[in-house]
Amino acid sequence: MRSIKRAAPVAMVAALALGITSCAESERSDDGGGSGEGGGTFIFGAAGAPEMFDPFYATDGETFRVTRQMFEGLLGIEPGSAEVVPELATEWTSNEEGTEWTFTLRDDVKFHDGTDFNAEAVCANFERMFDQNEAGRTAGEYWGYVMGSFANDAENSLYQGCEATDEFEATVTINSATSGFPTMLTLESLSMQSPTALEEGDANGIEAQGEGFAFPDYAQNPVGTGPFQFVEYDEANAEVTLERFDDYWGEAAKVEEIVFRVIPDESTRRQELEAGSIMGYDLPNPVDWAALEESGNSVEVRPAFNILYLGLNPEANPALKDLKVRQAIYHAIDREQLIQTQLPEGAEVATQFMPSTVSGYNTGLEPYAYDPDQAKQLLQEAGAQNLTLNFAFPTEVTRPYMPDPQKIYEAIRTNLEAVGIKIKVSSAAWTGGYLDNVSAEPGKYDAYLLGWTGDYDSAFNFIGTFFGNLKDNDFGTDTMPWGKQLADDLKAADAIVDEAERTAAFEEINRAIMEDYLPGLPISHSPPALVVGPEVEGLIPSPLTAEEFDTVSVGGE
Amino acid sequence: MVRFIVRRLIQMVGVIFVLSLLLFLWLRSLPGGPVSAMLGERQTEARREALEAALGLDQPLPVQYLRFLQRAAQGDFGVSTKVLPGQDALDIFLARLPATIELSFFALLIAVSLGIPLGYFAAKRRGSALDTGSIIFSMVGIAVPVFFTAFLLKYFFAVQWQLLPVSGRSSTGIDATQVTGFFVLDGILTREWDAAWDAFLHLILPAVALSTIPFAVIFRITRASVLEVLEEDYVRTAEAKGLTTRVIRARHVLRNAMLPVVTITGLQVGALLAGAVLTETVFSFRGVGDALATAFRDRDYPVLQVIIMGAAVIYVLVNLLVDISYAIIDPRVRTR
Repeated sequence: MRSIKRAAPVAMVAALALGITSCAESERSDDGGGSGEGGGTFIFGAAGAPEMFDPFYATDGETFRVTRQMFEGLLGIEPGSAEVVPELATEWTSNEEGTEWTFTLRDDVKFHDGTDFNAEAVCANFERMFDQNEAGRTAGEYWGYVMGSFANDAENSLYQGCEATDEFEATVTINSATSGFPTMLTLESLSMQSPTALEEGDANGIEAQGEGFAFPDYAQNPVGTGPFQFVEYDEANAEVTLERFDDYWGEAAKVEEIVFRVIPDESTRRQELEAGSIMGYDLPNPVDWAALEESGNSVEVRPAFNILYLGLNPEANPALKDLKVRQAIYHAIDREQLIQTQLPEGAEVATQFMPSTVSGYNTGLEPYAYDPDQAKQLLQEAGAQNLTLNFAFPTEVTRPYMPDPQKIYEAIRTNLEAVGIKIKVSSAAWTGGYLDNVSAEPGKYDAYLLGWTGDYDSAFNFIGTFFGNLKDNDFGTDTMPWGKQLADDLKAADAIVDEAERTAAFEEINRAIMEDYLPGLPISHSPPALVVGPEVEGLIPSPLTAEEFDTVSVGGE
Repeated sequence: MVRFIVRRLIQMVGVIFVLSLLLFLWLRSLPGGPVSAMLGERQTEARREALEAALGLDQPLPVQYLRFLQRAAQGDFGVSTKVLPGQDALDIFLARLPATIELSFFALLIAVSLGIPLGYFAAKRRGSALDTGSIIFSMVGIAVPVFFTAFLLKYFFAVQWQLLPVSGRSSTGIDATQVTGFFVLDGILTREWDAAWDAFLHLILPAVALSTIPFAVIFRITRASVLEVLEEDYVRTAEAKGLTTRVIRARHVLRNAMLPVVTITGLQVGALLAGAVLTETVFSFRGVGDALATAFRDRDYPVLQVIIMGAAVIYVLVNLLVDISYAIIDPRVRTR
């Protein structure tokens, strides 16, 4: 009796230990069989869940990462760069005014459901995107952003109409020339979808319901022309599975299947890679890059296509209306040191509000020198020796241009305090008030950290987004004497049809922004990375974070 | 008994109603909102206003609340804005619930099956190495934050020794049939033993991490309670009567010592649900806690409302069950 009593807890612990050990053996054998055979599945760790699969209504990178493998646009992006290349259209020409664009289409393309891709399908897509109901107009963010408006407000829309001029030739008419067209057709949201499936799945039947939008069936069952097709979204396991599309017009994908596993926690993604249960993941923490490389993985660094800036708001603090004050703040910041200590390898000091790969970048601009003495002098000349800034940074967020907002903030704050600027600390959660406060009218912060990753290769997508909308921008340029001029110049440059002339106009605007206006302070461009295990080959990192996985192979297959 | 249960159920409806109002107002008093999360860097005043109008968020709060009540009365709790846009919030909650229940159940199983025997033996051998060791162990369990425990468990068992999976609910490539949403149970029901075993393996680390605090609490309460009962006269009388140790233990000591343990175990269910938020996040375990964390970060009002109110309903129901089992263990409660 006694002996049993004494033995009971020991037995329990032993049983548990035994249980764990036997688990171990089984797990190992399971793993070995699963990933080793055939090498046909690429398992990728995504930081967030896709929101839906109809790219037209999507806005976030995690959704696009998945849909990009299934959908193609008329125009594509050269892997590894931001350059526009043919995709479903082989050629495109415009009339002299830049308002009528004729696309010659590939004649050997089928959608995943067997529907033929042709000019009619192209026009059906444009009309579908243009003709949205009220809820669709709000949810169709990207179209609204690049085209201005929808069918109900046709006169303010950039898009005018689409005509199938031949079986494989479609003409799209726009209301005025813009540098963004046709480049914007590389946007994932403007991809071509199967007209049959769109109709059967009632793709436009979106409704506002409560505080959200109820999406039709199609949003979960998308049909495109890309190298992979949709299999399922296993919500309970947070896994999206795509399989190779055998009738793909181009070169077939190297792997048979892609599985996206959603693993929001960054350190868990790293551990999953180390444990061999995923083969790659996005956004490894820059401090882990070296260790990941050492253990045989490859850290694929994307060319930087983003900008981190210090936004300044003269509406919130009138002292910032003085150019000298803004220049003083700029000279006070040691960006070289900031980049070396806080940003990933390969980050660069920004000389203007766009990265160097975008046409319109002005190569003649020199970075503002770090010069605390000059900063003090400028503050004195402006009579702003007692300047106090309400300076804010976001919490609960990492962005490709800003891996650790608080550390960047602290470095800048130390610099500013060193020249006698007093700092009133502000912070808020990214979606818990920070973005609202930055873009409120009037903005709530004098100075704030924010940035942007380009959507497509266009100067206007950077500086137009920041300063093109006079009434509604975060820099409060409508209170500045030059604000209107800048907005007008941007619009005028955007409408120039001749590419060389347009590039020159944007270069000049970039010069004026940095030398004459200085509405905010561009800080840096950071290369975000993704990491893949030793068995993965053929992944081409994209500056637009638009990696295509059809070139990826696993296990030397 | 029936009247007791009915009264409690009516009370529950009142509690849920008040909670819905408080929750509604609290969420909307938080800075930021779903519109911010939906727009990201692309937001401007104009865009925000348009989206707010489309979602009815520009209406006065009382109007919004009444609308919410009206819809809720018809079983419509709105659709998710960010966790899984367009999907019914209640469906998301119900789909995620089995994972959390499964995880909490295993955690509670570990806590109870270790906590009660250890507490009992520690009390019987007060001052022994087992007693001291268990006390230290339970104190560590309470003091160390769950995410740290989780990190250590993952690091050693999953990454270094590769004994157990790092995260998730099942391995990629396991093709399991879903019946109830409880993966282990589903595997058993459909006789897909591989799937059941795989799901069980995925449960071990998160369940152990989640069990540390309830284990410590149950252990300490059991120990204290048993110590108290052992001092009681009736135990001494029973011993004097010459009853066997087994009878004394089962009929007198354990049964009487269990009352506070049952209560505290019931209360731990609430703590488990709260703990699951963190555990599920750290282990990417796709349950309610994980949805709650995402919904909170992205201010997905409908999902937040459904989850918090759903958790409250469960909590109240569990407490009701505790009271009923209390009545079964202690007949005196029934007669009151």
